[in-house]
Amino acid sequence: MPSFRFAAIAAMASSLVFIAVNVASAAAPAATVSIDNFMFTPMTVAVPAGATVIWVNHDDVPHTVRAVDGSFHSQALDTDERYSFTFAKPGVYSYYCSVHPKMVAKVIVK
Amino acid sequence: MSKFDGDDADRRGFLKCMTWAGTGLVWTLAGGVPASIGLEAAAATQRTTPFSFVQISDSHIGFAKPFNPDARVTYREAVAKIARMANKPDFIIHTGDVSQLSKDSQFDDADQIIKESGLTVFHVPGEHDVLDEGNGKAFLDRYGKGTKGAGWYSFNHAGVHFVALINVLNLKAGGMGDLGPEQLAWLKDDLAAYGSSTPVVVFTHIPLWALYPDWGWGTDDAGQALALLRRFGSVTVLNGHIHQVQQKVEGHVSFYTARSTAFPQPSPGAPGQSPGPMAVPADKLRSVLGVREISFVARNHPLPVVDQTLAG
Repeated sequence: MPSFRFAAIAAMASSLVFIAVNVASAAAPAATVSIDNFMFTPMTVAVPAGATVIWVNHDDVPHTVRAVDGSFHSQALDTDERYSFTFAKPGVYSYYCSVHPKMVAKVIVK
Repeated sequence: MSKFDGDDADRRGFLKCMTWAGTGLVWTLAGGVPASIGLEAAAATQRTTPFSFVQISDSHIGFAKPFNPDARVTYREAVAKIARMANKPDFIIHTGDVSQLSKDSQFDDADQIIKESGLTVFHVPGEHDVLDEGNGKAFLDRYGKGTKGAGWYSFNHAGVHFVALINVLNLKAGGMGDLGPEQLAWLKDDLAAYGSSTPVVVFTHIPLWALYPDWGWGTDDAGQALALLRRFGSVTVLNGHIHQVQQKVEGHVSFYTARSTAFPQPSPGAPGQSPGPMAVPADKLRSVLGVREISFVARNHPLPVVDQTLAG
């Protein structure tokens, strides 16, 4: 019985931790990139591994977020639509808008 | 005619092209840029042309902002204008951005409206038409029957060779419009069958000349396409994308960008502006939207290309 009780408490504790992490990441992404006037702002964001970056399109035209290496890509984001991606591994991720490819920027994951 | 004096190459090209049905394409052969004229003058022209066609562009069905709350309304006005033309056009060329977001409902609305013209419509996609999960599959399924590759094609009409190019797919980071090697190889084969006296009309979405690269208003590998077109005595390139009339002549090649039927954009590189919709007062909107009539005319005809706004 004692060992069963311990396991149950441990399970409860770990699920509490899990919920807490989820709430924290939803409430406060590591970085938000704003799309304004055909630019990603800021053009470079640095985040820790495991962090989520959110993009919000404030323009009157649709934009996309597409990794140069193909590792992530959004659907077309209409005005005020958003996209998020969680970066598991460290690295430098260059991305662009596939509709307006002059729009280039990057995420640095440490 | 003084333009041709002292320029034998142009004169030869000119005379060669004149063999085409005894007429020519004034705007390319004259080596100059034709002036746009008002609607009243256009209506007064005689029906003396072998044929004409219309370019319509950037209808952006689904676009809805306060200064143009429903792009279907202005598109319908543009189509009605075409239906009223004194010279009935043989067909319509739509140079892309039919829709705002590549949605089926937007394509459905656009089709319903342009059907009111009663004319055949030839399409090329704009970047707004290839935003579906299939990167343009929805557009190709709808408009691309009988086309090659990712949707490019050509056809002949009354001795003129028309070529539809696609430059909105597989765009590369930091780049502009892109034709790609597969399409360029096809273009080479396609043009090989035609003598240099054949008038050629090329239509595509993004400009084929570097109109304003900082805003992506150009096509990275257009030089390769233009090299293939250079031997022709008369080449007319029609595109949309920048929502305003801009013209340029380079040798025998004339470039024309067209107005939108939905919203205007700023002039190239306008300070503090970006290449997106430019809000205008409601009473000015129709003066910056329009369609284009292109006539294949006798050589002294002064009005081969006529841009008409939706105002008046």
